[in-house]
Amino acid sequence: MFQKKTGFALLQELDVKKIATIAGFAALLFSNVSLADTVKVGFMTTLSGGAGITGTQMRNGAELAMEHLGGKLGGRDAEVIFVDDQRKPDVAKQLANRLIKSDKVDVVTGVIWSNLMMAIHKQVTRSDTLLISANAGPSPIAGKGCHKNFVSMSWQNDQTPEGMGKYMQDAGIKSVYLMSPNYQAGKDMLAGFKRYYKGEIISEVYTKLGQSDFQAELSALRAAAPPATFVFQPGSMGINFIKQWKQAGMDSVSELYTVFAVDAVTLPALQTAALGALGTQTWSPDLDNPINRKFVAAYKAKHDAYPSFYAAQSYDAMLAIDHAIAQSGSTDAEAMRLVLAKGDIPTTRGLLKMNTNQFPIQNIYLREAVLDDDGVVTTKILSTVFEDHEDSYAKDCRF
Amino acid sequence: MTFTLFLEQAFNGFQAGITLFLIAAGLTLILGIMDFVFLAHGSQVMIGAYAAASLTALTQNFYLGILFAIPISFFAGYALEYLVIRHLYKRDHMEQVLATFGLILFFNEAIRVGFGPAALHSNLPASLSGFVYILPEIPYPEFRLLVILVGFACAIGIHLLVSRTRLGATVRAGASNAAMTAALGVNITRLRRLVFAIGACFAGVAGMMLGPLTSVEPGMGEPLLILSLVVIIIGGIGSVRGAFIAAIIVGMVDTMGRVMLPVILRSFMEQASADGAGPALASMMVYILMAVVLVFKPTGLFPPNR
Repeated sequence: MFQKKTGFALLQELDVKKIATIAGFAALLFSNVSLADTVKVGFMTTLSGGAGITGTQMRNGAELAMEHLGGKLGGRDAEVIFVDDQRKPDVAKQLANRLIKSDKVDVVTGVIWSNLMMAIHKQVTRSDTLLISANAGPSPIAGKGCHKNFVSMSWQNDQTPEGMGKYMQDAGIKSVYLMSPNYQAGKDMLAGFKRYYKGEIISEVYTKLGQSDFQAELSALRAAAPPATFVFQPGSMGINFIKQWKQAGMDSVSELYTVFAVDAVTLPALQTAALGALGTQTWSPDLDNPINRKFVAAYKAKHDAYPSFYAAQSYDAMLAIDHAIAQSGSTDAEAMRLVLAKGDIPTTRGLLKMNTNQFPIQNIYLREAVLDDDGVVTTKILSTVFEDHEDSYAKDCRF
Repeated sequence: MTFTLFLEQAFNGFQAGITLFLIAAGLTLILGIMDFVFLAHGSQVMIGAYAAASLTALTQNFYLGILFAIPISFFAGYALEYLVIRHLYKRDHMEQVLATFGLILFFNEAIRVGFGPAALHSNLPASLSGFVYILPEIPYPEFRLLVILVGFACAIGIHLLVSRTRLGATVRAGASNAAMTAALGVNITRLRRLVFAIGACFAGVAGMMLGPLTSVEPGMGEPLLILSLVVIIIGGIGSVRGAFIAAIIVGMVDTMGRVMLPVILRSFMEQASADGAGPALASMMVYILMAVVLVFKPTGLFPPNR
């Protein structure tokens, strides 16, 4: 039986799905027009779980940079998409895929963890998207496995502990006990340390990534009674380690030297327990240059706390993207990376030089945990261990 | 490794086990006796730690902080049961998993909104930061001894509560047949709420004990939740005695594995590969143990008598 369809029935037949599809297409068309000039940046960091503090610092740093840049990157409207990798490599891979394929970002940046960087490196660089690290600098992608679409705005993992190795070597420390988490960065850190420290290595202990109780390791350390101990324990692992170190009275057994354990992420929880602790770093809140002064003051005003190097490097990564787009006049990955490869990028560490593998050539400072004039714990630069320090993998890198 | 160091490490393992027991005790009550899958138990640890740390900062007294934090943990558990959990008893396990997983996210975010994402400062009072010589030449932090004492006290407390008191008898009765127990005039609703709150309270105490040792931050309880699930699976779900013994075993295996395995591997492997394989294998030890136990005793080492 046939029935003449009324206009209303026709409209009904064009069911919700179809209308939605049509609307979707229309939106896509419109958005493509309006987004053509918008720079899209995917910012991947760890916002949940135990490492959430570091990720929040990174987001704060990036947001502050966007405020200072007036919400624009290279003079163009910009959108920063923050994603939470939960410190899981599989989640990081999925997020990277989403950022590249569905959000179609121009740059992927952030990334705290070296193992996550290793997980997403190929995927992002091979899709002709620029990957700018704001923290992780694993050695495999600095040497033979380097890629022209990867730029580091932080450091190569070995650089910072190399500074500590040199300092301890120069200070005439005869033997040392090493401890670090069992993952890519942990291995890089100890490798970097040993490159410049030539004394006796009493033992090399690898702990679990994310470990919270170090009592067993401290007992073993006490039995070994080394004159000095060098430790890499980032984020909350650093809080746990230094707390337990103090509680076990280890100061009377061994002298503690750290990298990435005493900073503005861990100091608020450690307070005076960390005073006097020595560490090396490429940045410090008291680093004296106009960009850093502005950054630290604005961060303190906004968050009522000192920024950490995580925040500073994220700030720098956004400044670098701004610089690359402004100089090249393009959001093309190749054009942007050619600008960054030239170096002289304005950052909180001054004008940053770039090596041939697109990792920074920079100073390494010795820092001490001190009280500032207001009685707040922070770090102060004691000396410059290395000037314009290059990483040791650049020579193996051919694009 | 010398014998005294071996003893010291065994003691460390024991202390780690006791801490685990504090968390697992409440979980085994909730999981075994109430037959409710509760994943947000780690959040109770976090609530306890935050309550103690912030109250200690407020009162400038560690003991007062703990004293006030215990009822807070209890009532947090009580309120949670009243507001959310009681609506989930009749749902199947998968829905309970989903709902309580959602609670984890909720609590982490709530803590982040309330206290900020950074770790709280929580340290030991001067009176507890000394050392005791447990063996000649082995100083042991006083606070860790206190943790062991508190753990023991809780273990005995739970044991007496479940096996010797009228409340414990009704809990056990309610576990084996809720409808019949209710028919005999026991208020099952109230009973469940009480058991849940007690479980939460023990987890809170674990958090208070962990606070000065580790960093007090959002999500601090999750890694502990997985280990305590391992503990109650090894011990037999619902058995407090099983949870105690399994917690000690897991603490021992984990600690000894971490310390001994790299040393053992180094004796017949290259240094570099031993350094890599040792910690990796050590972190698997407890799960291997769980798998072995499940093969030979699928209901755990000490399944409760039903």
